[in-house]
Amino acid sequence: MGILNYKFENSNVLITSLDSLLNWARLSSLWQMQFGLACCAIEMMAASASNFDIMRFGVIPRATPRQTDVMIVAGTVTLKMASRIKRLYDQMSEPRYVLSMGSCSNCGGPYWEHGYHVLKGVDRVIPVDVYVPGCPPRPEALLEGIMKLQEKVRSESLAKKTVTK
Amino acid sequence: MLTEFGKILIFLILGALFVAGGMIAAWLLRPHRPYPGKLATYECGEEPIGNAWVRFNVRFYVIALVFLIFEVEVVFLFPWALVYRQLGLFAFVEMAVFLLILIVGYVYVWVKGDLDWDKPKPEIPVIRRPSPQETMVNAGTLS
Repeated sequence: MGILNYKFENSNVLITSLDSLLNWARLSSLWQMQFGLACCAIEMMAASASNFDIMRFGVIPRATPRQTDVMIVAGTVTLKMASRIKRLYDQMSEPRYVLSMGSCSNCGGPYWEHGYHVLKGVDRVIPVDVYVPGCPPRPEALLEGIMKLQEKVRSESLAKKTVTK
Repeated sequence: MLTEFGKILIFLILGALFVAGGMIAAWLLRPHRPYPGKLATYECGEEPIGNAWVRFNVRFYVIALVFLIFEVEVVFLFPWALVYRQLGLFAFVEMAVFLLILIVGYVYVWVKGDLDWDKPKPEIPVIRRPSPQETMVNAGTLS
């Protein structure tokens, strides 16, 4: 039952070695929740295609939240979709990460003022780890977002406090 | 000396150890924050309603099969109609034969009564009671 997770006050050489192994495993297989909400999803599909090949980062689309690590919110989150997004996020297994892709899911985008039907940022319903700006972001931007997320995963630790270098 | 079955035994033991090792490592390392939403049935984000074991009436089966046949027929008819002028009489005869075959099947299904939507026909029992007059006639009190 997660015996070791966040159970250590301070890290030592054993824990940091285990951390680096765990984090390497996690950041090398960031399986992606397979869904797209709007035009950003087209760029996400382009990132999955052979030119950009997001799969070389270990980002493999999976069809069920039980098997996924990262949710790429690609597109406009309407108010109707927001509850579904929340439910999907709840169903994902931990550790889980959220990558908000594009202006719409970052802050509402072009609908920020008069969009009566748009959630003004997906971070109002679920915690977001990485924001990728753009309308829509190019596939390179999504790749950079994935790399930023990998950096974040790399800095995680089983210990409550990490040793600052 | 290891027999062939002995090798299989070693494979089985190693396989069991491999799986057990993975599960024990995950048990030690995974975050454990359970809540009911995490166990909810995955319905593409929708709230699951009712039972997954929904039963359909078996009578839809034949109807669906017949529908499928004629749907495919329309799929074939459409490109045929587009190039009908170029193909001429031969295409007409071919399509007529094709339609005839399907219509024969349709007539067969119809005649066999597979398209009839059987409604339950409750048999209401009819009890014939003799009228008082008949009763009296039978008893001989009334002539």
